[in-house]
Amino acid sequence: MKSTELTGNPVETVALTKRYGETTAVHELNLTVLPGEIYGFLGPNGAGKTTTLRMLLGLVRPTSGEVRLLGREPGPAFLDRVGALIEGPAFYPYLSGRGNLRVLAGHAGVEVSRVDEVLDTVGLTERAKDRYATYSLGMKQRLGLAAALLKKPRLLILDEPANGLDPAGIADMRVTLRKLAAEGCTVLLSSHLLAEVEQVCDRIGVITRGRLVAETTVADLRDGGSLHLVAQPVERARAHLAQLVGAEATHFDGAGFDLDVEPDQAARINAELVGAGVSVSELAWRGPDLEHTFFELTGGDSDVD
Amino acid sequence: MWTDVRAELVKQARRPADWLLLAVALVLSLTFGYVVPYAGYVSGSPVGGRGIVTMLPREFVGTALGGLPIFIGALGLIFGVLVAGGEYGWGTWKSVLSQRPSRVQVYSAKLAAVATGVLILVVALFVVAAVASTVVAGLVGAPLTWPGALDVLRGLAAGWLIGMMWGSLGVVLAIALRGTALPIGLGLVWMLAVQNLLASVAAPLLTWVAELQKGLPGPNAGALVAALGTSPGTPGVDPIVGSGQAVLVVAVYLVAFCATGGLLFHRRDIA
Repeated sequence: MKSTELTGNPVETVALTKRYGETTAVHELNLTVLPGEIYGFLGPNGAGKTTTLRMLLGLVRPTSGEVRLLGREPGPAFLDRVGALIEGPAFYPYLSGRGNLRVLAGHAGVEVSRVDEVLDTVGLTERAKDRYATYSLGMKQRLGLAAALLKKPRLLILDEPANGLDPAGIADMRVTLRKLAAEGCTVLLSSHLLAEVEQVCDRIGVITRGRLVAETTVADLRDGGSLHLVAQPVERARAHLAQLVGAEATHFDGAGFDLDVEPDQAARINAELVGAGVSVSELAWRGPDLEHTFFELTGGDSDVD
Repeated sequence: MWTDVRAELVKQARRPADWLLLAVALVLSLTFGYVVPYAGYVSGSPVGGRGIVTMLPREFVGTALGGLPIFIGALGLIFGVLVAGGEYGWGTWKSVLSQRPSRVQVYSAKLAAVATGVLILVVALFVVAAVASTVVAGLVGAPLTWPGALDVLRGLAAGWLIGMMWGSLGVVLAIALRGTALPIGLGLVWMLAVQNLLASVAAPLLTWVAELQKGLPGPNAGALVAALGTSPGTPGVDPIVGSGQAVLVVAVYLVAFCATGGLLFHRRDIA
């Protein structure tokens, strides 16, 4: 076990491990989610995301390791102010949406008046009287989010929250998460959808085969792009670029140049080349290929979309 | 804790299957406790046991309890399976346990719901039996003589104890097998087939099986209701032990089933 100390961060795990017989689902996971951030827990299906989240919530007992949420160790008040939606919504089909939330409010020990507030937050007030069995997948997902919000959580743990949502629903979910984060709620969001995590998260942890293989910010991942340039004549362009940005920062791929420079250098380079009689037909900033990066990190597991 | 119990009671009160089970239990009890025996009595066929007497108000406690050792007990078992096993079928354990309560609280609330449901069932059986016996007394011109209040209370308590034992067996089966279909199937096989085979086939042939019967839940439930007036001709009803031992054995099974279910639920992962 590593000697990492637990602190008061919203989510802290130390060497968290879960084994099922010979299979290790999660291997010595050290995860830290900072206050107020939206943390993306990214990995292919079967990587160990849901098992990790279930261990955080006490649904699955770790084989070894430690968990602390909002500075609390597992115990009677462990899940106070923690909301969760794990592996899809699950409710009683014969109860209405409101009825389901009232039952869960009873288990959570929160006021029934809170039910209508969260129904309004997720936009389900009009269908609240209808039986859950009649809900569409997207409505079920929104009801799941409503249940997670019942306790006015300071930490929200969401497992694949965009599953079943249409594009408008996904956009609404994104807005809701950002609003919650702005209000001080920390969000831990698992997903196998690269675009979803990239668009909404501040930091990303990548898990594959039960191991956390990378932890970084989205901004850091986006670093490392290049300025792509197509110009004629090629040799004159190459000579001038070597003077302008250095030969080591100039790469020619047979069709165009990739320059290791900052994006704000584009206008100056364009002006210098044109002034030197070089015809520039294309000039664009190309960010890093996040998808390729994640495929590399996850060892090529194919179900990261 | 109380909010968990209330939430659990709301879940069960609004579940149509629970009310269907209650209706089936009442119809069965009425049919085989009064309608069929009375039809036989009117047609001159032998009614069995003590004849028309078992259908009169003085004997309504024993008649109301008559189904609990087997067929109404089986419905109690199904009720227990539904209360606990439905959460596996719908995947709702995670929804409940992701809220605040401890597993001990949630499990206790489940048992409280089963206990409440069984109490409602037993009271309803008594009310239906009382009404039916009044009708029979009117039809045959017998006097409306009722058992003492203490006998009625004793019958209610015994009925609840037996029903709760079967209900808690349903709960532990549902938790052990994580669902509803297999627990119901196995539970019914035990109650309706194995118990019957042991009593009617094995026990007369083998002394040790006959002795074993005295420690099994069904025969003790049958002995308990026999002590409270149920006709020995009723299926599963046979005074093979005294009422004191019967109460003790049924209570021990009830505690054992509840404890085993709680232990399993506390230790296992919610997948």
